[in-house]
Amino acid sequence: MANKVIYAVYEDPELLKDAARKLVTAGVRVKDVFSPFPIHGIDPIIGLKRTRMGIVSFMFGAFGLSLAILGTYYMAIYDWPMNIGGKPNQFYYQNVAAFVPVLFEFTVLCAAHGMAITYLIRNKTLPGMPGRNPDPRSTNDKFIIELRTEENHGHAPEAITAMLRETTVLEINERQY
Amino acid sequence: MHQEAAIRPPLILGHRTYADITADVAAPIENKAPTAWYVLTAIAGIIALYGVGCILYLISKGIGVWGLNKTINWAWDITNFVWWVGIGHAGTLISAVLLLFRQKWRMAVNRSAEAMTIFAVMMAAVFPMIHMGRIWLAYFVFPLPNQFGSLWVNFNSALLWDVFAISTYFSVSVVYWYIGLIPDFATLRDHVSKAWQKRLYFILSFGWTGNAKAWQRFEEVSLVLAGLATPLVFSVHSVVSMDFATSLVPGWHSTIYPPYFVAGAIFSGFAMVQTLLGVMRKTLKLEAYVTRKHVEYMNIVIMVTGGIVAVAYATEFFMGWYTGVEYEYYTYMSVGAATGQYSWAFWALIICNIIVPATLWFKKVRTSFFWSWIISLVVNTGMWFERFDIIVLCLHRDYMPSGWTMFYPSWVDVGTFLGTIGIFFTLYLLFARFFPVLALNELKTILKSSGESYKGEVLPKSQH
Repeated sequence: MANKVIYAVYEDPELLKDAARKLVTAGVRVKDVFSPFPIHGIDPIIGLKRTRMGIVSFMFGAFGLSLAILGTYYMAIYDWPMNIGGKPNQFYYQNVAAFVPVLFEFTVLCAAHGMAITYLIRNKTLPGMPGRNPDPRSTNDKFIIELRTEENHGHAPEAITAMLRETTVLEINERQY
Repeated sequence: MHQEAAIRPPLILGHRTYADITADVAAPIENKAPTAWYVLTAIAGIIALYGVGCILYLISKGIGVWGLNKTINWAWDITNFVWWVGIGHAGTLISAVLLLFRQKWRMAVNRSAEAMTIFAVMMAAVFPMIHMGRIWLAYFVFPLPNQFGSLWVNFNSALLWDVFAISTYFSVSVVYWYIGLIPDFATLRDHVSKAWQKRLYFILSFGWTGNAKAWQRFEEVSLVLAGLATPLVFSVHSVVSMDFATSLVPGWHSTIYPPYFVAGAIFSGFAMVQTLLGVMRKTLKLEAYVTRKHVEYMNIVIMVTGGIVAVAYATEFFMGWYTGVEYEYYTYMSVGAATGQYSWAFWALIICNIIVPATLWFKKVRTSFFWSWIISLVVNTGMWFERFDIIVLCLHRDYMPSGWTMFYPSWVDVGTFLGTIGIFFTLYLLFARFFPVLALNELKTILKSSGESYKGEVLPKSQH
């Protein structure tokens, strides 16, 4: 028997959440969920771990701050200390107060762009990428659960379908792949 | 599911479904544009072209073609710069600060406000660039390794802080805007039927699928970007104000400038959002999403920030008088300004920024679409005068009476300013025609909690 992928289409995020909860309780693995907007509370049900995007942003920010400190030190203290009315210019700590705006802006610049680029790459959303959502309605008003038979060897495909029919499902589509 | 108090007025009027929201937002893109759109775009385009012509003329001749003189060496150029940056602030405030405060009403206005931000900051960036005179050396503002000895930028200068602040602010705003747009482009990609539109939104949507992990990352990224953009908003206009505050010119050298400029920026930015949305909600038929309540909320922000600005004016007036220094007698907030040759500019500021917006304290006024639109225009004018007054009035009475003078704009001054307004509206009209003007995927999240026909209804509940 060929592997099958089953798409269960729902009309409301709450109905989908109920169905997903029921399936997972019965030991069925939910492959993925497609929705037109974020469904709050679906992540723990289908076993998604928390995203690490925040950590990525922090690391890029720390990198940006370090680079900015290094840059301002090299340019304004080491390479060419400017003499502005005889103000002290020999040591970083004497000048750092005036560099704070630049340090801050550069930190934010790196944190925001580093995270945004990581986000685009991790999501596989880059210019020219094809949309791989199973049904065009899933970006409009339908909420879809994706299940794969190969991941659910403990359950017969018919049993899964029957289980889905017990939920308030709108339609069930099956595809060979 | 998020529940909303029954006494709160609904944010989405009429009976709407998820599909209706998609259809409503896609309608201006799919349908033929109304004649008014072509007319407006043509007018804005002609003004924009004239502005481009003025800028090219300016670059070829040098900034002597502006009306600047030895005493008033900053005038309309920097006025326009600060005015545009200020307008830009509302977009980020709506999308970032109000996201952190969980204000659901921002969802109907954030997309167009962010577009406004980006176009306004672009217009702002034009002025310091052309003010350099030799625009082909503009890259000197960045700390690039070079062979002119060791020629580094001056990190102690507020003007350089501005370079970093504005470029960071612009690029982060663009990224924030686009990350929010990707899912909406995907919705359009799957919705439109014309081949060229399918192709266009296919490219613009970057292959967004909307699976659970992508949405999880989306929410985290939106939140972190909001957290990063919030201090950025406040820092940008603080830094702009430091262009003045760190100088030694009487009237500019003032410690209250950063908070006062930030309040003024939000004040003028929300006024511009009102100006644009007032027209857009009618022409693009967004009455169900941009409601009277939205207008009232925005007017309340204008009232609060307008109040802060008024207190700042009063403080400046008092301090100028209290110092007893002759030089402070002609700052932009002083008896000299109120009675001197520039009294018209002084009173224009007081009337447009304090007296007219004060009418918003009446609920009838702030819930009226017509009056809030008129007031938004007045506030925009007033905030332009504020920057004009700060710059020109503080400069026009120099330390020696022999240097006392007036500023008269040349036709290039006027043409450049009007030109940027033309470019701004051209870009905005293009945005309104081809981009989803509402954050439709965000609006769908509040449909069942704040939609008029769902409120009070028993929802399909999940067992928590």
